[in-house]
Amino acid sequence: MSEEQIRSLERNFNERIERDEKIEPKDWMPEKYRKTHIRQISQHAHSEIVGMLPEGNWITRAPSLRRKVALLAKVQDEAGHGLYLYSACETLGVSRDELYEQLHTGKAKYSSIFNYPALTWADMGAIGWLVDGAAIINQVPLCNTSYGPYARAMIRVCKEESFHQRQGFEIMLKLANGTPEQKEMAQDALNRWWWPSLMMLGPTDDKSVHTEQSMKWKLKRKTNDELRQQFIDQTVPQADVLGLTIPDPDLKWNEERQSYDFGEIDWDEFWQVVKGHGPMNKERMKARVGAWERGTWVRDAAMAHAEKKQARKEKQVV
Amino acid sequence: MKNENLYNYILGIADNSLILGQRLGELTGHGPSLETDIACTNISLDLFGQVRSYFQYAGKIAGDGRSEDDIAMLRKERDYKNVLLVEQPNTNFAYTIGRQFLFDAYHLAFLKELQKSPDLTLSAIANKCVKEVSYHERFSSDWVRRLGDGTEESREKMQEAINDLWMYTDELFHQTDADKEVVEQGIGVDVTRLKDTYYNYVGEVLEEATLVVPESKYFHKGGKNGIHTEHLGYILAELQYMQRAYPNMEW
Repeated sequence: MSEEQIRSLERNFNERIERDEKIEPKDWMPEKYRKTHIRQISQHAHSEIVGMLPEGNWITRAPSLRRKVALLAKVQDEAGHGLYLYSACETLGVSRDELYEQLHTGKAKYSSIFNYPALTWADMGAIGWLVDGAAIINQVPLCNTSYGPYARAMIRVCKEESFHQRQGFEIMLKLANGTPEQKEMAQDALNRWWWPSLMMLGPTDDKSVHTEQSMKWKLKRKTNDELRQQFIDQTVPQADVLGLTIPDPDLKWNEERQSYDFGEIDWDEFWQVVKGHGPMNKERMKARVGAWERGTWVRDAAMAHAEKKQARKEKQVV
Repeated sequence: MKNENLYNYILGIADNSLILGQRLGELTGHGPSLETDIACTNISLDLFGQVRSYFQYAGKIAGDGRSEDDIAMLRKERDYKNVLLVEQPNTNFAYTIGRQFLFDAYHLAFLKELQKSPDLTLSAIANKCVKEVSYHERFSSDWVRRLGDGTEESREKMQEAINDLWMYTDELFHQTDADKEVVEQGIGVDVTRLKDTYYNYVGEVLEEATLVVPESKYFHKGGKNGIHTEHLGYILAELQYMQRAYPNMEW
């Protein structure tokens, strides 16, 4: 293809995105667009399946049958999100096995928040309320992103996430209105999950490397700092309803900005966790890699069985 | 309690789902593939849903205000009535599947009979459960075929699991005194009559899976009367942890 032709394709491609048309798997796309989308969608898929671990760890200990059922359903939803995000990613010409390989070798990232431990039952509330809350803020704009399969997957993901967020808030509400011991458990969970949740919305704008291009492709509609502010403004009144205290002495309503001012985020901690040295990074990877390796003979068997079945069918036809 | 036999009968049914659901819940996030992970979590979810229906009914029969959670989480080790089969560990995926299949084949046949019970609550629960359990049985029997008739390694593993779990199958067809009473009243299912069909069906699936039906005639029993394997204590330690550590609270 001549350079002229490529430029024309690119022009056409950019115009389509500007007109809010969806890009579909068989459409021409710049290589960088494809790569960026593989990176972001797979990162998102990985976050879903690694995210199953901190919550999955509480299934056997859930305090009531009702909570156990809800938690199982939630973790199952996350596996489902993983499944259709991997499928969306596969439309870009990469296999699920390759994506797993990238996760298991540390080449691909997942949301750092899941490298914190879920220590008490209240963490199930805090994760739903704060982590899913922050995830929704990140994800709602993606329902209108330019890549068709991703946008469609996100519509479904967001519906379920908002249900999870309400469920998490409801767990917190029950604890906050419970015995002093339960309220203390809720406050402790908020103390531990607040700052990591703010970090979840990504580095500050001046440190964010992908923002500009992602904005153009509608992979991003707002900057990290804008999203973080939105999350804080939305969450502080919810903490008030719960009667819990946000662990930030600098948190203050700013009349002029009509927004909350907040304290300094510990970015050293953020980068430490991103680089693999958070409290649970090694455990999470060990769990994922272990499950995958222990499952090898099962997947091989399924493949061998399918081949045998197919061969028998062909033999019958002959 | 006025209707203690029926109460115990219901617990005998529900405890199987409770303990098996708990076992499957251990696996969430650790399955051999995303699809099997989702399926096992889903089966666990179904089983706990069933448990809730049974225990809500049992609570009503007890009539002293005990809740589904009290029944599920505040009994002592010897008061759980599940069969030994369902408390066996997730040694590997073949054991998980073997346990599931050997239970599902029984569970499905049992529920089909329970649907006919003149006790309207029990037959309504059975109506709902039978749909779910047909899916469980399809999933587990398909996987027995896949692993049995897959690779050399998977056949060995599947055969080993079946051999080890076989000795827990006979107990499925035992009756406690309470069971006998409730069967006598025409409300309960006479499980002794399900036995032949069960072993015939299980034998067919194992044969399709190129597996050998174990010849052992030695079986274990005791679960239905509260005499369990050592595994149950640990399962209960997790199941009951929150209720024991934080008593009398709402969640």
